[in-house]
Amino acid sequence: MLELRNISFDVDENSKTKGILKNINLKLEDNKFVVVTGPNGGGKSTLAKIIAGIEKPSGGQIFWNGEDITEMSVTDRAKAGISYAFQQPVRFKGITVFDLIQLATGKHINVEKACEYLSEVGLCAKDYIRREVNASLSGGELKRIEIATVMARNTAMTIFDEPEAGIDLWSFQNLIHVFEKLHQQNHGSIMIISHQERILNIADQIVMIADGQLRDMGTREEMLPKIFGQIDRPVACECKYYENH
Amino acid sequence: MDEIRLQLLKEVAGLHDIPEGAYNIRENGQSIGRQSTEEIEIVPMEDGSGLNIYVKPGTKKKSLHIPVIISQSGLSEVVYNNFHIGADCDVTIIAGCGIHNGGSADSRHDGIHSFYIGENSRVKYVEKHYGMGDGNGERIMNPETNVEMAKNSYMEMETVQIKGVDSTIRKTHAKLEEGAKIVITERLMTHGKQTAESYFDVTLDGEDSGANLISRAVAKENSYQKFVSRIIGNTACNGHSECDAIIMDHAKIEAVPELTANSTEAALIHEAAIGKIAGEQITKLMTLGLTEAEAEEKIVEGFLR
Repeated sequence: MLELRNISFDVDENSKTKGILKNINLKLEDNKFVVVTGPNGGGKSTLAKIIAGIEKPSGGQIFWNGEDITEMSVTDRAKAGISYAFQQPVRFKGITVFDLIQLATGKHINVEKACEYLSEVGLCAKDYIRREVNASLSGGELKRIEIATVMARNTAMTIFDEPEAGIDLWSFQNLIHVFEKLHQQNHGSIMIISHQERILNIADQIVMIADGQLRDMGTREEMLPKIFGQIDRPVACECKYYENH
Repeated sequence: MDEIRLQLLKEVAGLHDIPEGAYNIRENGQSIGRQSTEEIEIVPMEDGSGLNIYVKPGTKKKSLHIPVIISQSGLSEVVYNNFHIGADCDVTIIAGCGIHNGGSADSRHDGIHSFYIGENSRVKYVEKHYGMGDGNGERIMNPETNVEMAKNSYMEMETVQIKGVDSTIRKTHAKLEEGAKIVITERLMTHGKQTAESYFDVTLDGEDSGANLISRAVAKENSYQKFVSRIIGNTACNGHSECDAIIMDHAKIEAVPELTANSTEAALIHEAAIGKIAGEQITKLMTLGLTEAEAEEKIVEGFLR
Protein backbone atom coordinates (compact mmCIF):
# COMPACT_ATOMS: atom_id res chain seq x y z
CA MET A 1 0.00 0.00 0.00
CA LEU A 2 1.16 3.51 -0.81
CA GLU A 3 0.34 6.26 1.61
CA LEU A 4 0.97 9.98 1.25
CA ARG A 5 0.82 12.00 4.47
CA ASN A 6 0.57 15.79 4.30
CA ILE A 7 2.60 16.00 1.12
CA SER A 8 3.38 19.52 -0.01
CA PHE A 9 5.62 20.84 -2.73
CA ASP A 10 6.68 24.46 -3.06
CA VAL A 11 8.61 26.29 -5.72
CA ASP A 12 10.16 29.76 -5.80
CA GLU A 13 8.55 31.96 -8.38
CA ASN A 14 9.65 35.61 -8.66
CA SER A 15 11.12 35.30 -5.14
CA LYS A 16 7.75 34.23 -3.79
CA THR A 17 6.94 30.74 -2.59
CA LYS A 18 4.25 29.06 -4.61
CA GLY A 19 2.54 25.92 -3.43
CA ILE A 20 2.25 23.32 -6.19
CA LEU A 21 0.92 20.68 -3.82
CA LYS A 22 -0.75 21.44 -0.50
CA ASN A 23 -1.16 18.86 2.26
CA ILE A 24 -2.07 15.90 0.15
CA ASN A 25 -3.27 12.88 2.13
CA LEU A 26 -3.91 9.81 0.08
CA LYS A 27 -3.96 6.04 0.53
CA LEU A 28 -3.66 3.77 -2.48
CA GLU A 29 -4.68 0.21 -1.68
CA ASP A 30 -2.95 -2.75 -3.29
CA ASN A 31 -4.21 -4.11 -6.56
CA LYS A 32 -6.27 -1.05 -7.33
CA PHE A 33 -6.61 0.81 -10.59
CA VAL A 34 -6.55 4.48 -9.69
CA VAL A 35 -6.91 7.41 -12.06
CA VAL A 36 -5.78 10.84 -10.95
CA THR A 37 -7.53 13.56 -12.88
CA GLY A 38 -8.06 17.30 -12.72
CA PRO A 39 -7.18 20.50 -14.60
CA ASN A 40 -3.78 21.05 -16.18
CA GLY A 41 -1.33 22.74 -13.83
CA GLY A 42 -3.14 21.32 -10.82
CA GLY A 43 -0.11 19.37 -9.53
CA LYS A 44 -0.87 15.85 -10.78
CA SER A 45 2.45 15.27 -12.56
CA THR A 46 4.36 16.66 -9.59
CA LEU A 47 2.57 14.17 -7.36
CA ALA A 48 3.62 11.30 -9.64
CA LYS A 49 7.23 12.49 -9.62
CA ILE A 50 7.19 12.73 -5.83
CA ILE A 51 6.01 9.13 -5.57
CA ALA A 52 8.74 8.00 -8.00
CA GLY A 53 11.33 9.99 -6.06
CA ILE A 54 12.22 12.32 -8.93
CA GLU A 55 11.04 15.34 -6.93
CA LYS A 56 11.52 15.67 -3.18
CA PRO A 57 8.48 16.97 -1.30
CA SER A 58 8.84 20.21 0.67
CA GLY A 59 6.90 18.60 3.49
CA GLY A 60 5.14 15.39 4.43
CA GLN A 61 5.95 11.71 4.25
CA ILE A 62 5.52 8.83 1.83
CA PHE A 63 5.03 5.28 3.04
CA TRP A 64 5.34 2.21 0.85
CA ASN A 65 4.10 -1.00 2.46
CA GLY A 66 4.53 0.62 5.84
CA GLU A 67 8.10 1.82 5.24
CA ASP A 68 8.90 5.54 5.17
CA ILE A 69 10.44 6.08 1.72
CA THR A 70 10.44 9.89 1.79
CA GLU A 71 14.24 10.05 1.71
CA MET A 72 14.71 7.04 -0.57
CA SER A 73 16.43 7.52 -3.95
CA VAL A 74 14.78 6.96 -7.32
CA THR A 75 16.88 3.80 -7.73
CA ASP A 76 15.88 2.31 -4.39
CA ARG A 77 12.21 3.05 -4.98
CA ALA A 78 12.47 1.38 -8.38
CA LYS A 79 14.05 -1.64 -6.69
CA ALA A 80 11.32 -1.60 -4.04
CA GLY A 81 8.71 -2.06 -6.76
CA ILE A 82 7.64 1.38 -7.96
CA SER A 83 7.64 2.00 -11.70
CA TYR A 84 7.11 5.31 -13.42
CA ALA A 85 6.33 5.98 -17.08
CA PHE A 86 7.40 9.44 -18.22
CA GLN A 87 4.89 11.80 -19.78
CA GLN A 88 7.59 12.84 -22.23
CA PRO A 89 9.81 9.83 -22.84
CA VAL A 90 13.54 10.40 -22.82
CA ARG A 91 15.67 9.96 -25.95
CA PHE A 92 19.10 8.35 -25.93
CA LYS A 93 21.87 8.20 -28.50
CA GLY A 94 23.10 4.66 -29.02
CA ILE A 95 20.82 2.89 -26.54
CA THR A 96 18.46 0.56 -28.37
CA VAL A 97 14.87 -0.41 -27.64
CA PHE A 98 16.18 -3.87 -26.72
CA ASP A 99 18.70 -2.35 -24.27
CA LEU A 100 15.97 -0.38 -22.50
CA ILE A 101 13.62 -3.34 -22.22
CA GLN A 102 16.45 -5.54 -20.96
CA LEU A 103 17.46 -2.94 -18.36
CA ALA A 104 13.82 -2.70 -17.31
CA THR A 105 13.52 -6.43 -16.68
CA GLY A 106 16.73 -6.31 -14.64
CA LYS A 107 18.01 -9.54 -16.17
CA HIS A 108 19.33 -10.99 -19.40
CA ILE A 109 16.45 -11.72 -21.71
CA ASN A 110 16.39 -12.89 -25.29
CA VAL A 111 15.12 -10.86 -28.20
CA GLU A 112 11.99 -12.98 -28.43
CA LYS A 113 10.97 -12.06 -24.88
CA ALA A 114 11.65 -8.36 -25.48
CA CYS A 115 9.57 -8.52 -28.64
CA GLU A 116 6.59 -9.76 -26.65
CA TYR A 117 6.50 -6.49 -24.71
CA LEU A 118 6.68 -4.47 -27.90
CA SER A 119 3.88 -6.46 -29.49
CA GLU A 120 1.75 -5.72 -26.42
CA VAL A 121 1.95 -2.01 -27.19
CA GLY A 122 1.16 -2.57 -30.85
CA LEU A 123 4.63 -2.13 -32.31
CA CYS A 124 5.86 -4.58 -34.90
CA ALA A 125 8.73 -5.90 -32.83
CA LYS A 126 11.23 -6.80 -35.52
CA ASP A 127 11.12 -3.27 -36.93
CA TYR A 128 11.87 -1.69 -33.58
CA ILE A 129 13.90 -3.97 -31.36
CA ARG A 130 17.32 -2.92 -32.71
CA ARG A 131 16.48 0.73 -33.21
CA GLU A 132 18.04 3.42 -31.12
CA VAL A 133 15.73 5.24 -28.74
CA ASN A 134 16.64 8.52 -30.42
CA ALA A 135 15.10 11.39 -32.32
CA SER A 136 14.36 9.14 -35.32
CA LEU A 137 11.37 7.72 -33.41
CA SER A 138 8.12 9.67 -33.39
CA GLY A 139 6.52 10.90 -30.18
CA GLY A 140 3.87 8.18 -30.41
CA GLU A 141 6.44 5.42 -30.97
CA LEU A 142 8.51 6.62 -28.00
CA LYS A 143 5.43 6.71 -25.84
CA ARG A 144 4.56 3.11 -26.64
CA ILE A 145 8.15 2.01 -26.01
CA GLU A 146 8.00 3.83 -22.68
CA ILE A 147 4.89 1.87 -21.75
CA ALA A 148 6.58 -1.38 -22.84
CA THR A 149 9.55 -0.69 -20.55
CA VAL A 150 7.41 -0.23 -17.45
CA MET A 151 5.36 -3.31 -18.34
CA ALA A 152 8.60 -5.27 -18.57
CA ARG A 153 9.39 -4.26 -14.97
CA ASN A 154 6.22 -5.96 -13.74
CA THR A 155 6.25 -4.24 -10.35
CA ALA A 156 3.74 -3.90 -7.51
CA MET A 157 3.06 -0.25 -8.37
CA THR A 158 3.11 1.39 -11.78
CA ILE A 159 2.52 5.08 -12.38
CA PHE A 160 1.70 6.41 -15.85
CA ASP A 161 1.80 10.14 -16.40
CA GLU A 162 -0.68 10.94 -19.17
CA PRO A 163 -0.05 7.79 -21.18
CA GLU A 164 -2.57 8.84 -23.82
CA ALA A 165 -0.67 12.02 -24.78
CA GLY A 166 0.79 11.55 -28.24
CA ILE A 167 -0.86 8.16 -28.77
CA ASP A 168 -2.96 7.89 -31.90
CA LEU A 169 -6.53 6.69 -31.97
CA TRP A 170 -5.78 3.18 -33.16
CA SER A 171 -3.32 2.46 -30.41
CA PHE A 172 -5.52 4.16 -27.86
CA GLN A 173 -7.81 1.15 -28.07
CA ASN A 174 -4.82 -1.07 -27.38
CA LEU A 175 -3.69 1.13 -24.56
CA ILE A 176 -6.90 0.48 -22.65
CA HIS A 177 -6.39 -3.23 -23.27
CA VAL A 178 -2.77 -2.97 -22.06
CA PHE A 179 -3.83 -1.39 -18.77
CA GLU A 180 -6.54 -3.96 -18.18
CA LYS A 181 -4.16 -6.80 -18.90
CA LEU A 182 -1.42 -5.31 -16.73
CA HIS A 183 -3.90 -4.95 -13.90
CA GLN A 184 -5.14 -8.53 -14.20
CA GLN A 185 -1.73 -10.12 -14.67
CA ASN A 186 0.64 -8.61 -12.18
CA HIS A 187 -1.89 -8.00 -9.42
CA GLY A 188 -0.21 -4.71 -8.71
CA SER A 189 -1.55 -1.22 -8.34
CA ILE A 190 -1.77 1.07 -11.30
CA MET A 191 -1.97 4.82 -10.97
CA ILE A 192 -2.70 6.72 -14.16
CA ILE A 193 -2.75 10.46 -14.56
CA SER A 194 -5.26 11.11 -17.27
CA HIS A 195 -8.00 13.31 -18.62
CA GLN A 196 -9.32 10.58 -20.84
CA GLU A 197 -12.90 9.52 -20.34
CA ARG A 198 -12.21 5.98 -21.52
CA ILE A 199 -9.41 5.63 -18.97
CA LEU A 200 -11.61 7.06 -16.22
CA ASN A 201 -14.20 4.48 -17.23
CA ILE A 202 -11.96 1.56 -16.28
CA ALA A 203 -10.77 2.99 -12.94
CA ASP A 204 -11.58 1.40 -9.58
CA GLN A 205 -10.93 4.71 -7.89
CA ILE A 206 -10.78 8.28 -9.16
CA VAL A 207 -8.83 11.02 -7.43
CA MET A 208 -9.47 14.66 -8.34
CA ILE A 209 -6.61 17.07 -7.85
CA ALA A 210 -6.98 20.79 -8.57
CA ASP A 211 -4.97 23.80 -7.53
CA GLY A 212 -2.54 21.60 -5.61
CA GLN A 213 -5.23 20.10 -3.42
CA LEU A 214 -6.98 16.79 -3.23
CA ARG A 215 -10.50 17.93 -4.05
CA ASP A 216 -12.32 14.67 -4.05
CA MET A 217 -11.89 10.95 -4.35
CA GLY A 218 -14.07 7.89 -4.55
CA THR A 219 -15.12 4.95 -6.66
CA ARG A 220 -15.71 5.36 -10.36
CA GLU A 221 -19.48 5.16 -9.78
CA GLU A 222 -19.31 7.95 -7.23
CA MET A 223 -16.91 10.18 -9.10
CA LEU A 224 -17.94 10.07 -12.75
CA PRO A 225 -21.29 11.85 -12.26
CA LYS A 226 -19.53 14.51 -10.16
CA ILE A 227 -16.82 15.10 -12.75
CA PHE A 228 -19.22 15.38 -15.61
CA GLY A 229 -21.64 17.43 -13.57
CA GLN A 230 -18.98 19.85 -12.37
CA ILE A 231 -17.65 21.12 -15.65
CA ASP A 232 -19.13 20.75 -19.07
CA ARG A 233 -17.23 17.70 -20.32
CA PRO A 234 -13.74 18.53 -19.04
CA VAL A 235 -12.47 15.38 -20.62
CA ALA A 236 -13.02 16.40 -24.20
CA CYS A 237 -11.49 19.85 -23.91
CA GLU A 238 -8.30 18.56 -22.35
CA CYS A 239 -7.91 15.45 -24.42
CA LYS A 240 -4.51 15.37 -26.05
CA TYR A 241 -4.65 12.26 -28.09
CA TYR A 242 -5.00 14.07 -31.39
CA GLU A 243 -1.63 15.73 -30.91
CA ASN A 244 0.14 13.72 -33.53
CA HIS A 245 -2.50 14.10 -36.16
CA MET B 1 51.27 -16.78 -27.53
CA ASP B 2 51.67 -15.19 -24.10
CA GLU B 3 48.74 -13.63 -22.26
CA ILE B 4 49.64 -9.97 -22.83
CA ARG B 5 50.12 -10.52 -26.52
CA LEU B 6 46.82 -12.39 -26.77
CA GLN B 7 44.90 -9.70 -24.98
CA LEU B 8 46.40 -6.88 -27.03
CA LEU B 9 45.64 -8.70 -30.28
CA LYS B 10 42.10 -9.37 -29.16
CA GLU B 11 41.50 -5.74 -28.22
CA VAL B 12 42.96 -4.10 -31.31
CA ALA B 13 42.16 -6.59 -34.03
CA GLY B 14 39.53 -8.90 -32.58
CA LEU B 15 41.97 -11.76 -33.11
CA HIS B 16 41.97 -14.92 -31.05
CA ASP B 17 44.41 -16.73 -33.26
CA ILE B 18 46.43 -16.27 -36.43
CA PRO B 19 44.05 -14.59 -38.88
CA GLU B 20 42.93 -16.00 -42.18
CA GLY B 21 44.15 -14.32 -45.32
CA ALA B 22 46.92 -11.76 -45.50
CA TYR B 23 48.43 -10.47 -42.29
CA ASN B 24 51.44 -8.95 -40.64
CA ILE B 25 51.82 -8.88 -36.88
CA ARG B 26 54.39 -6.45 -35.59
CA GLU B 27 55.58 -6.82 -32.03
CA ASN B 28 58.14 -4.61 -30.31
CA GLY B 29 59.47 -3.25 -33.58
CA GLN B 30 59.69 -6.55 -35.47
CA SER B 31 57.43 -8.67 -37.61
CA ILE B 32 56.58 -11.87 -35.76
CA GLY B 33 54.35 -13.28 -38.45
CA ARG B 34 53.53 -12.40 -42.01
CA GLN B 35 51.54 -13.94 -44.81
CA SER B 36 50.86 -12.66 -48.28
CA THR B 37 48.17 -14.14 -50.46
CA GLU B 38 47.71 -14.37 -54.18
CA GLU B 39 45.75 -11.10 -54.17
CA ILE B 40 47.39 -9.20 -51.32
CA GLU B 41 51.14 -8.90 -51.28
CA ILE B 42 52.97 -7.58 -48.24
CA VAL B 43 56.48 -6.32 -48.94
CA PRO B 44 58.53 -5.10 -45.98
CA MET B 45 60.61 -2.00 -46.45
CA GLU B 46 64.30 -2.81 -46.40
CA ASP B 47 65.09 -0.69 -43.38
CA GLY B 48 62.31 -2.34 -41.39
CA SER B 49 60.40 0.92 -41.05
CA GLY B 50 57.18 -0.40 -42.51
CA LEU B 51 55.34 -2.21 -45.26
CA ASN B 52 54.30 -1.73 -48.84
CA ILE B 53 51.06 -3.53 -49.41
CA TYR B 54 49.76 -4.24 -52.89
CA VAL B 55 46.18 -5.32 -53.48
CA LYS B 56 45.63 -6.67 -56.99
CA PRO B 57 42.92 -5.04 -59.11
CA GLY B 58 39.62 -6.88 -58.86
CA THR B 59 40.29 -8.37 -55.40
CA LYS B 60 36.90 -8.90 -53.75
CA LYS B 61 35.81 -9.75 -50.23
CA LYS B 62 39.31 -10.21 -48.83
CA SER B 63 40.76 -8.99 -45.57
CA LEU B 64 44.12 -7.85 -44.31
CA HIS B 65 45.16 -7.70 -40.66
CA ILE B 66 48.13 -5.59 -39.64
CA PRO B 67 48.07 -5.23 -35.84
CA VAL B 68 50.94 -3.68 -33.93
CA ILE B 69 51.65 -4.52 -30.33
CA ILE B 70 54.21 -3.10 -27.96
CA SER B 71 54.88 -4.75 -24.62
CA GLN B 72 58.44 -3.50 -24.13
CA SER B 73 58.47 -0.39 -21.96
CA GLY B 74 60.37 2.54 -23.46
CA LEU B 75 60.04 1.45 -27.08
CA SER B 76 59.43 4.30 -29.48
CA GLU B 77 58.83 3.71 -33.19
CA VAL B 78 57.61 5.34 -36.36
CA VAL B 79 56.11 2.95 -38.87
CA TYR B 80 55.18 3.72 -42.48
CA ASN B 81 52.64 1.50 -44.19
CA ASN B 82 51.62 2.17 -47.78
CA PHE B 83 48.50 0.55 -49.16
CA HIS B 84 48.26 0.37 -52.93
CA ILE B 85 44.72 -0.75 -53.70
CA GLY B 86 44.07 -1.57 -57.36
CA ALA B 87 40.90 -0.78 -59.25
CA ASP B 88 37.58 -2.58 -58.62
CA CYS B 89 38.53 -4.02 -55.24
CA ASP B 90 36.44 -4.64 -52.14
CA VAL B 91 38.67 -5.19 -49.12
CA THR B 92 38.65 -4.83 -45.35
CA ILE B 93 41.79 -3.73 -43.56
CA ILE B 94 42.08 -4.16 -39.81
CA ALA B 95 44.89 -2.16 -38.29
CA GLY B 96 45.34 -1.11 -34.71
CA CYS B 97 47.86 -0.73 -31.99
CA GLY B 98 47.98 -2.07 -28.48
CA ILE B 99 50.53 -1.00 -25.94
CA HIS B 100 51.19 -2.73 -22.65
CA ASN B 101 53.47 -0.58 -20.60
CA GLY B 102 54.44 -2.05 -17.27
CA GLY B 103 57.60 0.05 -16.93
CA SER B 104 58.50 3.62 -16.19
CA ALA B 105 59.67 4.73 -19.65
CA ASP B 106 57.21 6.02 -22.27
CA SER B 107 56.17 3.66 -25.07
CA ARG B 108 55.24 5.27 -28.32
CA HIS B 109 53.93 4.17 -31.70
CA ASP B 110 53.45 6.58 -34.58
CA GLY B 111 51.80 4.79 -37.46
CA ILE B 112 51.74 6.63 -40.75
CA HIS B 113 49.38 4.99 -43.19
CA SER B 114 49.01 6.06 -46.79
CA PHE B 115 46.22 4.72 -48.94
CA TYR B 116 46.11 4.92 -52.72
CA ILE B 117 42.67 3.67 -53.63
CA GLY B 118 42.02 2.74 -57.26
CA GLU B 119 38.94 3.52 -59.33
CA ASN B 120 35.65 1.95 -58.20
CA SER B 121 37.29 0.27 -55.22
CA ARG B 122 35.73 -0.06 -51.78
CA VAL B 123 37.87 -0.13 -48.68
CA LYS B 124 36.81 -0.59 -45.10
CA TYR B 125 39.56 0.43 -42.73
CA VAL B 126 39.27 -0.24 -38.99
CA GLU B 127 41.81 1.08 -36.53
CA LYS B 128 41.62 0.45 -32.81
CA HIS B 129 43.90 1.79 -30.14
CA TYR B 130 44.24 0.25 -26.75
CA GLY B 131 46.59 0.67 -23.83
CA MET B 132 47.12 -1.35 -20.68
CA GLY B 133 49.73 -1.97 -18.03
CA ASP B 134 50.27 -0.36 -14.67
CA GLY B 135 53.69 1.23 -15.17
CA ASN B 136 54.30 4.96 -14.85
CA GLY B 137 55.48 5.19 -18.44
CA GLU B 138 53.01 6.80 -20.79
CA ARG B 139 51.38 5.02 -23.69
CA ILE B 140 51.51 7.33 -26.68
CA MET B 141 50.07 6.85 -30.17
CA ASN B 142 50.15 9.37 -32.98
CA PRO B 143 48.49 7.91 -36.05
CA GLU B 144 48.53 9.67 -39.36
CA THR B 145 46.34 8.55 -42.23
CA ASN B 146 46.70 9.91 -45.75
CA VAL B 147 44.13 8.87 -48.31
CA GLU B 148 44.06 9.48 -52.05
CA MET B 149 40.87 8.32 -53.64
CA ALA B 150 40.46 7.76 -57.37
CA LYS B 151 37.24 8.13 -59.34
CA ASN B 152 34.14 6.54 -57.80
CA SER B 153 36.07 4.87 -54.99
CA TYR B 154 34.62 4.50 -51.51
CA MET B 155 36.28 4.35 -48.13
CA GLU B 156 34.80 3.70 -44.74
CA MET B 157 37.23 4.45 -41.94
CA GLU B 158 36.42 3.54 -38.37
CA THR B 159 38.72 4.55 -35.56
CA VAL B 160 38.24 3.59 -31.94
CA GLN B 161 40.21 4.61 -28.87
CA ILE B 162 38.36 3.78 -25.71
CA LYS B 163 40.88 2.94 -23.08
CA GLY B 164 44.37 3.33 -21.80
CA VAL B 165 46.08 5.66 -24.27
CA ASP B 166 47.66 8.60 -22.47
CA SER B 167 48.37 10.87 -25.36
CA THR B 168 47.21 10.92 -28.97
CA ILE B 169 47.54 13.28 -31.86
CA ARG B 170 45.64 11.90 -34.81
CA LYS B 171 45.89 13.41 -38.27
CA THR B 172 43.79 12.35 -41.20
CA HIS B 173 44.13 13.82 -44.67
CA ALA B 174 42.03 12.81 -47.64
CA LYS B 175 41.80 13.96 -51.25
CA LEU B 176 38.87 12.81 -53.31
CA GLU B 177 38.44 12.64 -57.05
CA GLU B 178 35.23 12.55 -59.08
CA GLY B 179 32.43 10.55 -57.46
CA ALA B 180 34.60 9.34 -54.56
CA LYS B 181 33.07 9.09 -51.09
CA ILE B 182 34.62 8.83 -47.66
CA VAL B 183 32.88 8.11 -44.37
CA ILE B 184 34.96 8.50 -41.23
CA THR B 185 33.64 7.47 -37.83
CA GLU B 186 35.71 8.23 -34.78
CA ARG B 187 34.92 7.06 -31.27
CA LEU B 188 37.02 8.33 -28.47
CA MET B 189 36.99 8.21 -24.71
CA THR B 190 39.57 9.85 -22.50
CA HIS B 191 39.92 9.77 -18.74
CA GLY B 192 42.47 10.61 -16.05
CA LYS B 193 44.94 13.11 -17.45
CA GLN B 194 44.79 11.79 -21.00
CA THR B 195 44.90 14.11 -23.97
CA ALA B 196 43.62 13.41 -27.45
CA GLU B 197 43.68 15.67 -30.46
CA SER B 198 42.14 14.76 -33.77
CA TYR B 199 42.62 16.71 -36.98
CA PHE B 200 40.69 15.92 -40.13
CA ASP B 201 41.49 17.59 -43.38
CA VAL B 202 39.41 16.51 -46.36
CA THR B 203 39.67 18.07 -49.80
CA LEU B 204 36.84 17.42 -52.21
CA ASP B 205 38.43 17.96 -55.62
CA GLY B 206 36.22 15.89 -57.89
CA GLU B 207 32.66 16.57 -58.95
CA ASP B 208 30.07 14.73 -56.92
CA SER B 209 32.64 13.68 -54.33
CA GLY B 210 31.46 13.47 -50.74
CA ALA B 211 32.72 13.28 -47.18
CA ASN B 212 30.98 12.46 -43.92
CA LEU B 213 32.99 12.83 -40.70
CA ILE B 214 31.35 11.64 -37.53
CA SER B 215 32.95 11.95 -34.15
CA ARG B 216 31.50 10.63 -30.90
CA ALA B 217 33.60 11.49 -27.90
CA VAL B 218 33.45 11.24 -24.13
CA ALA B 219 35.91 13.13 -21.93
CA LYS B 220 35.99 12.18 -18.25
CA GLU B 221 37.90 13.34 -15.18
CA ASN B 222 40.74 15.75 -16.06
CA SER B 223 41.21 14.70 -19.66
CA TYR B 224 41.41 16.99 -22.68
CA GLN B 225 40.18 16.56 -26.24
CA LYS B 226 40.39 18.64 -29.35
CA PHE B 227 38.53 17.90 -32.54
CA VAL B 228 39.34 19.91 -35.65
CA SER B 229 37.50 19.11 -38.84
CA ARG B 230 38.35 20.90 -42.02
CA ILE B 231 36.49 20.24 -45.24
CA ILE B 232 37.41 22.03 -48.45
CA GLY B 233 34.97 21.86 -51.34
CA ASN B 234 36.50 22.82 -54.68
CA THR B 235 33.62 21.82 -56.92
CA ALA B 236 30.09 20.40 -56.83
CA CYS B 237 30.40 18.17 -53.77
CA ASN B 238 28.87 17.29 -50.41
CA GLY B 239 30.66 17.58 -47.11
CA HIS B 240 29.27 16.96 -43.66
CA SER B 241 30.96 16.76 -40.32
CA GLU B 242 29.52 16.26 -36.89
CA CYS B 243 31.16 16.26 -33.52
CA ASP B 244 29.03 15.04 -30.67
CA ALA B 245 30.70 15.03 -27.28
CA ILE B 246 29.82 14.25 -23.70
CA ILE B 247 31.82 16.16 -21.14
CA MET B 248 32.12 14.95 -17.54
CA ASP B 249 33.87 15.89 -14.31
CA HIS B 250 36.68 18.42 -14.95
CA ALA B 251 37.37 17.54 -18.55
CA LYS B 252 37.84 20.02 -21.36
CA ILE B 253 36.74 19.64 -24.98
CA GLU B 254 37.34 21.86 -27.96
CA ALA B 255 35.53 21.40 -31.26
CA VAL B 256 36.79 23.47 -34.15
CA PRO B 257 34.80 23.27 -37.34
CA GLU B 258 36.26 24.65 -40.50
CA LEU B 259 34.53 24.71 -43.88
CA THR B 260 35.91 26.22 -47.04
CA ALA B 261 33.83 26.38 -50.21
CA ASN B 262 35.69 27.35 -53.37
CA SER B 263 32.67 26.71 -55.57
CA THR B 264 29.05 27.83 -55.47
CA GLU B 265 28.12 24.16 -55.97
CA ALA B 266 29.88 22.95 -52.84
CA ALA B 267 27.39 21.99 -50.10
CA LEU B 268 29.14 21.84 -46.74
CA ILE B 269 27.61 21.35 -43.30
CA HIS B 270 29.10 21.21 -39.86
CA GLU B 271 27.37 20.23 -36.63
CA ALA B 272 28.99 20.27 -33.22
CA ALA B 273 27.48 19.64 -29.81
CA ILE B 274 29.23 19.38 -26.48
CA GLY B 275 27.31 18.83 -23.29
CA LYS B 276 27.02 16.83 -20.14
CA ILE B 277 24.78 13.78 -19.93
CA ALA B 278 21.17 14.95 -19.85
CA GLY B 279 19.82 14.68 -16.30
CA GLU B 280 16.58 13.15 -17.53
CA GLN B 281 18.48 10.30 -19.20
CA ILE B 282 20.05 9.40 -15.85
CA THR B 283 16.68 9.74 -14.12
CA LYS B 284 14.98 7.46 -16.65
CA LEU B 285 17.54 4.70 -16.11
CA MET B 286 17.31 5.17 -12.34
CA THR B 287 13.55 4.56 -12.55
CA LEU B 288 14.50 1.20 -14.08
CA GLY B 289 16.55 0.40 -10.98
CA LEU B 290 20.05 1.48 -12.03
CA THR B 291 22.18 3.57 -9.68
CA GLU B 292 23.34 6.97 -10.89
CA ALA B 293 26.83 5.59 -11.64
CA GLU B 294 25.41 2.57 -13.50
CA ALA B 295 23.12 4.85 -15.50
CA GLU B 296 26.05 7.07 -16.54
CA GLU B 297 28.05 4.04 -17.57
CA LYS B 298 25.19 2.70 -19.72
CA ILE B 299 24.64 6.07 -21.38
CA VAL B 300 28.35 6.43 -22.22
CA GLU B 301 28.54 2.83 -23.43
CA GLY B 302 25.59 3.37 -25.77
CA PHE B 303 26.90 6.71 -26.97
CA LEU B 304 30.24 5.21 -27.97
CA ARG B 305 28.84 2.05 -29.49
